[in-house]
Amino acid sequence: MGMTMTEKILAAHTGLDRVSAGQLIEADLDLVLGNDITSPVAINVMKNFSKDGVFDREKIALVPDHFVPNKDIKSAENCSIVREFAKKHDITNYFEVGEMGIEHALLPEKGLTLPGQVIIGADSHTCTYGALGAFSTGVGSTDMAAGMSTGKAWFKVPGAIKVVLTGSFKGKVSGKDLILHLIGMIGVDGALYRSLEFTGPGVSSLSMDDRFTVANMAIECGAKNGIFPVDEKTQEYLEIHAKGKEYKVFLPDPDAEYEEVIDIDLSALKPTVSFPHLPSNTRVVEELNEKIRIDQVVIGSCTNGRLSDLRSAAEVLKGRHVAKGVRLIVIPATQSIYLQALREGLIETFIEAGGVVSTPTCGPCLGGYMGVLSAGERCVSTTNRNFIGRMGDKTSEIYLASPATAAASAAAGYITEAE
Amino acid sequence: MENAHGHVFKYGDNVDTDVIIPARYLADSDPAALSKHCMEDLDEHFAGRVKEGDIITAGKNFGCGSSREHAPIAIKASGVSAVIAHSFARIFYRNAINIGLPIIECPEAAESINDGDEVGIDFGTGVITDFTTGKSFRGQSFPDFMQRLIDAGGLVSFVNSK
Repeated sequence: MGMTMTEKILAAHTGLDRVSAGQLIEADLDLVLGNDITSPVAINVMKNFSKDGVFDREKIALVPDHFVPNKDIKSAENCSIVREFAKKHDITNYFEVGEMGIEHALLPEKGLTLPGQVIIGADSHTCTYGALGAFSTGVGSTDMAAGMSTGKAWFKVPGAIKVVLTGSFKGKVSGKDLILHLIGMIGVDGALYRSLEFTGPGVSSLSMDDRFTVANMAIECGAKNGIFPVDEKTQEYLEIHAKGKEYKVFLPDPDAEYEEVIDIDLSALKPTVSFPHLPSNTRVVEELNEKIRIDQVVIGSCTNGRLSDLRSAAEVLKGRHVAKGVRLIVIPATQSIYLQALREGLIETFIEAGGVVSTPTCGPCLGGYMGVLSAGERCVSTTNRNFIGRMGDKTSEIYLASPATAAASAAAGYITEAE
Repeated sequence: MENAHGHVFKYGDNVDTDVIIPARYLADSDPAALSKHCMEDLDEHFAGRVKEGDIITAGKNFGCGSSREHAPIAIKASGVSAVIAHSFARIFYRNAINIGLPIIECPEAAESINDGDEVGIDFGTGVITDFTTGKSFRGQSFPDFMQRLIDAGGLVSFVNSK
């Protein structure tokens, strides 16, 4: 029996010819990352290790992004802990305000996440890098600490679900609609403990930004990781962002074993929204039979704050204005995305439409700052979770959507799809 | 490992880390400070009522969402001696084992045990006893590697012992 992409990558990092689902292994790590919420806890845990120091100062990435620029004294103190640690251990990839961005958009952009790598991050959306053909998964702060110290992590090799994509998107449908559709199909624990391997002729039609969005939300159906095969588009992306860096491509064996196979025809998908309070609570926008009035729209996050997301939202908002009473908050995910959006006139479009544009931050996605909701308020958001109280008061409501749907809804004042 | 004994706080499916400990409290990672807000958005009375040794039971996918270790830390610091669930989200599962919060997958116990029941757990045998109803259950045992990690008292001691 052959191996899946994930099994091959894990075997190669364990020094074994083969591994199979259920096996417990200890794998070598290519990158260990953390942010301003999780790293201070990990740094504190590291004090308890008998061995001092880090395994490789070039294989650790520290990205203060959640409450940065500092939202209050406590978050400032957390950032100081991370900054001091980075200085003490001479960490190569520490990103200060001005060069930082939301970690899962920033690290691929900097060429730090490559195909075939094993990556752990103390952030659940670390699974994003599967878009590039890496095995990457979220862990907690203690795992991050052990990873920084030893360069290793233990894993149970996951079984896999094969998601076969055919066709290509029609109209204003994007990667967000695809992943929301999938989560709606299988539920928030539909891929629990397992790997989601995307394959099929439809993969080549997906842009890299779409693949990042899809892999990013693999965790929202419980998956350990989501992974795409490396193709020409991946190579073009790496040519720009990781020029000269070596990487190894692992493709699934034809006889790899999958626990489940799911077929999705991309051309049949329609703009989709997740209703409160679970990402799996999906509805097709055109089938909504009531006008759901909204108070706020957020376009950004590690899920949908990339350049193509901003382009898609700006295209909808060009020459239009947000509806009276709606607050539009746009957050480019990295400084370089922000700068490119500025050069292309996208920022101008958002401001002329009555929106505000923020410096890169996770901010409102997790109810931190820059757009916290009050009691009973409704928000359409391009982020990844709509749990109770996620963006603010526990009676507020979050509707997850694509950038195009979010922009169209901001202009209409109620949930609607882009024309 | 010590055995658990206490009263049950019963919750449903998909209890996420945002309700276990909302992000508005994450700037502080002090266990005692976190425990004051544990489960706040799901059960505002939890922090006031929970006593040392009490047990949480829940349905499927307990701890889904964010990787924040603050979630199992807050539960442990509240005095909770174990969480029994139909299933756990995988990052929460890892985190709980790594920090030494006992967790047990047992769909039958998660279903049958009622809110407020007095329950005991023998970690040596994996037997869960509901003293209120007289029923007993056996939780799933851990693979050897994980059991060694648990026996070591968590990941830090395990790494140090190598």
